[in-house]
Amino acid sequence: MLPIRLAFELTPDYWETLRLTLALATCTAGLLLLLGIPLAYALVHSRGFFKPLLEAVVGLPLVLPPTVIGFYLLLAFSDDTALGRFLINTLGLSLNFTFAGILVGSLVYSLPFMVQPLQAGFQNLPRSLTEASHTLGKSRLTTLWRVLLPNMKPALLSGTVLAFAHTLGEFGVVLMIGGNLPGRTRVASIAIYDEQQSLHYPQANAYALTLLGVAFVILVLLFYVTKRDSARRLL
Amino acid sequence: MRRLIFLFCLLLAAGGAGGAAPAPGGPALTIAAAADLKYVLDSLVTIFNRRHPAAQASVVYGSSGRFYEQLSHGAPFDIFFSADSDYPRRLQQAGLTAGAPVPYAQGRLVLWSKKVDPKLKGINTLLDPRMQRVAIANPAHAPYGRRAEEVLRHYQLYDRVQPRLVLGENIGQAAQYASTGAADAGLLAYSLALSPELRRLGKFYLIPAAAHTPLQQSYVLLKRAQGNAAAAAFVAFVAGPVARQALRKYGFSLAGGR
Repeated sequence: MLPIRLAFELTPDYWETLRLTLALATCTAGLLLLLGIPLAYALVHSRGFFKPLLEAVVGLPLVLPPTVIGFYLLLAFSDDTALGRFLINTLGLSLNFTFAGILVGSLVYSLPFMVQPLQAGFQNLPRSLTEASHTLGKSRLTTLWRVLLPNMKPALLSGTVLAFAHTLGEFGVVLMIGGNLPGRTRVASIAIYDEQQSLHYPQANAYALTLLGVAFVILVLLFYVTKRDSARRLL
Repeated sequence: MRRLIFLFCLLLAAGGAGGAAPAPGGPALTIAAAADLKYVLDSLVTIFNRRHPAAQASVVYGSSGRFYEQLSHGAPFDIFFSADSDYPRRLQQAGLTAGAPVPYAQGRLVLWSKKVDPKLKGINTLLDPRMQRVAIANPAHAPYGRRAEEVLRHYQLYDRVQPRLVLGENIGQAAQYASTGAADAGLLAYSLALSPELRRLGKFYLIPAAAHTPLQQSYVLLKRAQGNAAAAAFVAFVAGPVARQALRKYGFSLAGGR
């Protein structure tokens, strides 16, 4: 029998950790949306030798253990390596054990969850859309902004939502480069690990249940919206 | 579409603003501590924060070796309470500390189990066929794990017990394995065995101090803590009667302390 009592109360620590977790996921999803659109666009329009290479780089975080990402980022962010020294001394970026550091880690970790839906979204658009826009004398940028993106709302939504949800559960990367600092780098997944080790099952349960609930609600909303949207498109 | 994008941006901006906030803030005093100090330091920090409301001390627990590694990479802790004296000394040699390591207590190990009472057969409890899995902290980076290995070698049990060992990342995780029954017994920190949580769940046998090299535990102030009044106050508090009494209550001996 496990000595588990699961009734919990929500402490200030809980709210602080939750706020930090949501901030990390929101920032990651937002920045990835900005980075992902040009990246996915480039992927769709690139040809030949470089395309599989680029696709592999974008897809790597899907198959890599997060500890691998964390390990190399830790080295990259510290002054033990040439790259780290460059980041710290030249750019002034000291990222280990900071919010900015775990944000960079999350960007890498969740990258494919944004780029792959966007890439699929671009690919599913009929070519005639682009051609019509170009025929009417619109620039590439205007075409992208006014024609392509408005026609792939479900892809934009699923990319953002998946990147957000995937970051919520991030553990390995944050564990390696975050240092478990309350209010700065201790996100919910780390807090679960911590509380469970301290035999604080109610607190661990509070975080775990929250993540479970948020992830479930997000997915329900996502499926609801994309279903409604594809139905509308058929009309 | 435009409305959707605006909504996105609004949401992201709100999250971004919330995200930027926690980065520079955080507590004024951050302590890294070996997991054997979990219960005693939690109670001490509560008392300390009541006396020094501005200090907002908070503690992160883990294995000493992991903290050593993190501190070498610039982790922003003010004080490091190690489970040994070796890691603090190495940090000092690396020029990362403000001052020398200060010994604060000596730790002991117990054989802990919820299945049987280890007092009956002492260390030979480990030969009981029911003891299929034995939890210790990882000897590679946890001083308690290293001492546990020494204990097994001291009693010439290592070869027989070694295949049944499960390694916790730190002594807290080893205690968690043993207390949930994931492991049948554990070589744990005395201080954890004396906590209300573990007392409720199982029984233990105190391993004679002679069975392993002394677990002299030291703390060290990191460079970051220079000029931090809260850090100085906390260190003074740890040397005071309240803290000494609490350490003793949790099974630490202070004889070699200062």
